Amino acid sequence: MSHEIKGTLTDPLVNNNPIAFQVLGICSALAVTTTLTTALIMSLSLTVVTAFSNFFISLLRNQIPSNIRIIVQMIVIASLVIVVDQLLQAFAYSTSKQLSVFVGLIITNCIVLGRAEAFAMQNPPVASFLDGIGNGLGYSLILVSVGTIRELFGSGSLLGIQILPLIKDGGWYQPIGIMLLPPSAFFIIGLLIWALRTWKPSQQEAPSYSILERTENT
Amino acid sequence: MQSETSSNSMIQRVLQMSNDSTAKTLIVALVLCLVCSVFVSAAAVILKPLQEANKARDLKNNILSVAGLQDIVAKAGQNYEQMSIADKFKFIETRIVDLRTGEYADDIDAESFDLRQAARDPQLSAVLDRDKDRAGIGRRPHYAPVYLVKDGEQVRDVVIPIYGKGLWSTLYGFLSLRSGELTVQGISFYDQKETPGLGGEVENPTWQATFKGKLAYDEQGKPRLSLVKGGVDPNNAAAVYQVDALSGATLTSRGVTNLLQFWLGESGFGTFLHKHFSTAG
Repeated sequence: MSHEIKGTLTDPLVNNNPIAFQVLGICSALAVTTTLTTALIMSLSLTVVTAFSNFFISLLRNQIPSNIRIIVQMIVIASLVIVVDQLLQAFAYSTSKQLSVFVGLIITNCIVLGRAEAFAMQNPPVASFLDGIGNGLGYSLILVSVGTIRELFGSGSLLGIQILPLIKDGGWYQPIGIMLLPPSAFFIIGLLIWALRTWKPSQQEAPSYSILERTENT
Repeated sequence: MQSETSSNSMIQRVLQMSNDSTAKTLIVALVLCLVCSVFVSAAAVILKPLQEANKARDLKNNILSVAGLQDIVAKAGQNYEQMSIADKFKFIETRIVDLRTGEYADDIDAESFDLRQAARDPQLSAVLDRDKDRAGIGRRPHYAPVYLVKDGEQVRDVVIPIYGKGLWSTLYGFLSLRSGELTVQGISFYDQKETPGLGGEVENPTWQATFKGKLAYDEQGKPRLSLVKGGVDPNNAAAVYQVDALSGATLTSRGVTNLLQFWLGESGFGTFLHKHFSTAG
């Protein structure tokens, strides 16, 4: 049992990472990773939402009519997201202003619905809760790595504290402008996936089609 | 006791119904929606006071960020960094202005006046003609607050609230003007939902700092302050009124120009500012 729990928690970190392996939830990973603070708060919010939505959906799983199953899942997720948004506005006002619409968009994050549908509908509540935490942490791992790289090289700071002194403040570091724009997150996530799949070749997918070496004219 | 067992048995019955029957589908949907709505409303109601307090603090911080109180506070021998917001506001006098006449309306309590509410209230606002409504706000309130930054008895700066349509949202902010020549001392936006990274850069302090020292009006008293695309040419005579537009945000920049000129103009604070604080013309 304890082995299983560990597996549910750690599998999504590397072996079955929601962003790097399942390639879900990319849009928010591009949007909120310009600074580490927003990446951290977003990770925390998503982890909480995924864990609790998995938990509640798993509690209800034997009672949910299959023809309105997705609607039921969406209602649970949407309610949790609204509550998280309200909590952020009450206790972390300035960060919630920076995250603006992206907290609300957790509702449409494929990871949350994906875990509800794929795991929580078939598994007991505690295991589902842990699965939610595990997948949230897997998402967080990528978000925090991307956020760290982007803030460090884009603004020369981490968590708002200046690490690399900027030229305009009399230092030596010229910030890389593209790091603050969404495409850089694409590149970084792409490179991370490449690195991960080189390290763990089992994650490589078989090509869905192959190009023939020579195609004959007919 | 009797009713408890009967309600228990009813729940039992519902739980044992086939999941795909129409009745079960309706019951699950209804109960779930009720529970979730109670949950969400409870969170909204319970957290409301905290959120309002955050908003009020954010508003005051924005006023302070354009007020530039640091040197006045230092002259009074106090430490700006260690002062509470309330203490800082002792250097600022809030008064209500009647925008129709440009005179103070001291019979209205400035503490409880809410500009956004007044702008919606038919008693306290009027519909703007389409050609006058440059800021795209629909209704203009009759009254609006101004924040007077005082250096001793003298009013040094006037902070006015500004708002208007950008690309996606209404931008809310403050503009601080120096009494006399009416040069801009600071601008800030505290509520906007423009594209993050593009129009959202109206909140960027580096860009906001480029407003400092610009003239709001020309010699005829016409509002001239505006954003220009492609960068301000310092050799141009109009450069004293111009600020760089935000790159990649043409419509937000246009909105900012429009709302600045509206609130500086006759429908906004123009009459009031010229009457009380302008030495020109």
